[in-house]
Amino acid sequence: MARHGATTSASGRRSGTIEVEPGKTVGIPSHPDPVMQTRGVNVYYADKHAVKDVTLDIGRNEVIAMIGPSGCGKSTFIRCLNRMNDTIEIARVEGEVTLEGENVYDKRMDVVQLRARVGMVFQKPNPFPKSIYENVAYGPKIHGLARDKTELDEIVHTSLEKAGLLNEVKDRMDQPGTGLSGGQQQRLCIARAIAVSPEVILMDEPCSALDPIATARIEDLMDELRQNYTIAIVTHSMQQAARVSQRTAYFHLGVLVEVDETDKIFTNPSHKLTEDYITGRFG
Amino acid sequence: MNSTNNGQPAAPRQATAEAVRARLKRRYRAEMRFKAYGLLAVGLGLLFLATLLTSIVGNGYTAFLQTFVALEVTLDPETVDPQGDGSIESLRLGNYNTVIRDALQAQFPDVTGRSDRRALAELVSAGAAIQLQRMIQADPSLLGRTLVVWLPADDDVDMLMKGRIARAAEEGDRRLTDQQIAWVDAMAEAGRLEKRFNRALFTNGDSRDPELAGILGAAKGSFYMLVVTLVLSFPIGVASAVYLEEFAARNRFTDIIEVNINNLAAVPSIVFGLLGLAVFLNFFGLPRSAPLVGGLVLTLMTLPTIIISSRAALKSVPPSIREAALGMGASKVQTTFHHVVPLAMPGMLTGTIIGMAQALGETAPLLMIGMIAFIVDVPQGFFDPSTALPVQIFLWADSPERAFVERTSAAIIVLLGFLLVMNLVAVLLRRHFERRW
Repeated sequence: MARHGATTSASGRRSGTIEVEPGKTVGIPSHPDPVMQTRGVNVYYADKHAVKDVTLDIGRNEVIAMIGPSGCGKSTFIRCLNRMNDTIEIARVEGEVTLEGENVYDKRMDVVQLRARVGMVFQKPNPFPKSIYENVAYGPKIHGLARDKTELDEIVHTSLEKAGLLNEVKDRMDQPGTGLSGGQQQRLCIARAIAVSPEVILMDEPCSALDPIATARIEDLMDELRQNYTIAIVTHSMQQAARVSQRTAYFHLGVLVEVDETDKIFTNPSHKLTEDYITGRFG
Repeated sequence: MNSTNNGQPAAPRQATAEAVRARLKRRYRAEMRFKAYGLLAVGLGLLFLATLLTSIVGNGYTAFLQTFVALEVTLDPETVDPQGDGSIESLRLGNYNTVIRDALQAQFPDVTGRSDRRALAELVSAGAAIQLQRMIQADPSLLGRTLVVWLPADDDVDMLMKGRIARAAEEGDRRLTDQQIAWVDAMAEAGRLEKRFNRALFTNGDSRDPELAGILGAAKGSFYMLVVTLVLSFPIGVASAVYLEEFAARNRFTDIIEVNINNLAAVPSIVFGLLGLAVFLNFFGLPRSAPLVGGLVLTLMTLPTIIISSRAALKSVPPSIREAALGMGASKVQTTFHHVVPLAMPGMLTGTIIGMAQALGETAPLLMIGMIAFIVDVPQGFFDPSTALPVQIFLWADSPERAFVERTSAAIIVLLGFLLVMNLVAVLLRRHFERRW
């Protein structure tokens, strides 16, 4: 049931509350070949119900964008996928999240291994205060992915190359990672994430702290990475979502309102709330 | 955009500028005042520091020199080697005081009478005999020879030479009689009195005779104690801080622990001494006055400081580092030890060195465990009875002999030197571990 009250002010803007029922997602929340699936996921921060009954598939080798106004729960939702919400004491997650059919929140699931399979790139670039080489090599080292130094070198080189950073840093691999520019640091973080060959890469507003040129480079990167990895990206920029993703999911106040092919959502959305958001009436 | 009045948008901006300009002078004046207060405070601090250092160094630098007397001694075998076999044992039994007296007699042949001769002998240190003995034991070939040796003068002579004994005072008020002063002047004129570097200060243990007293015993005792304290308090303190900050659950129990640790940092240090007496000496039966026990007591005292500063250092590591590490699939332990602890290390080291410097200067807790005592022997290990540098300063400050005044200041200089070196090490270590992010 959708209720809406509207008042019109002198400037012609429409303001009002439209409530939407959780769990009734419009569009195509499911996917024929899913890598990760969520069923009825609810997240509570103490008493605050931040994510309400979200059911969504993340398809293999696709880029799925999550958009929505501030505080709509998209970052919270994405952090459920690699259990980063575990680090927040007041957060409580209910529902089912599976990776290749295995329940991620199962007691037998090793969270350390999970995070090696589902990597994350954060909003603000956070390279370790170590050398560039050490940054990328850290993941493979702790997970034992390289048998010797040569293999490790190989992994580091390949990751940096895939992240589009190798040419810029190949002469200064010993320099601290924190000495790079913002865009380079974020690409370093991406290289670090792909060094462990994850199945899914989660990106939480990866370009929001970067300038347009750096942003464009990372968006190009996402297209290349799509061939080998699945990417779920949270973004504030609808233009970015339109550029990089195949499917887009629209969140509103913790509810997954609509999921559809990117072209369709931005030209002909099914739900009123989605339309309002996209046309800039709020958010 | 509503604008009913054409002039309206301009006026508010002008009014603001006027208001700011009016207050600007006052604000700048307040800032200059604040700066001046700051400089004044720093200046006062420096002034006090300069006064302190000048007074200490001024009093103490003379202690690094000691007056020596040149005597032509004859190592007569009958006196020096009673058993006649030249063995070390026999040499130990020799009467070196006689040798010294004879040498003095040779310089002042007209001195007769027992009391006069005794007065003359008093000009040389009581420990000179032992020094002669050690000299000949080291090289028995000297037996029977006549040679010039420089022996330490008595502390009263030393004080006279350093101008600390008022020659103008009444004879009864002085430690040296007029006659003794005349002898001393005669020797000085003949070039047989010289001020040399006071090696005894650094090579001897404590003594009742100031010219023989040294800080080696106290310095070694302090050193052993600090080693024990460092080896015990740093790992335990850092591990506790890491556990409490990173791994422990936040509940009532851990809150109580935190409050107790903060309280312990404020407990008077003598209480730790009492604890040491009850637990380490009485219950465990460890040797009294040993640096091991002193170190254990100081560990208990330093632990709260290290834990508190380490926790602060850990808290200051930005959470983004932890998130990045966890997101990579590092376990909690790996995140903590590969990333968080190295970043917190500069702060932890600073806290540790501060704690160590505090421990180095503590005297009260050592009272109960027997380290405030007159101990002559230099400790050879962690279990030998010993004293500590601040204790030595305290004991010398209490002694009546005039010569101990300058030695007290000299010991303070040595202690301050240690502290300076420790702080230097702290700064270097911190710089080595510091990373910029």
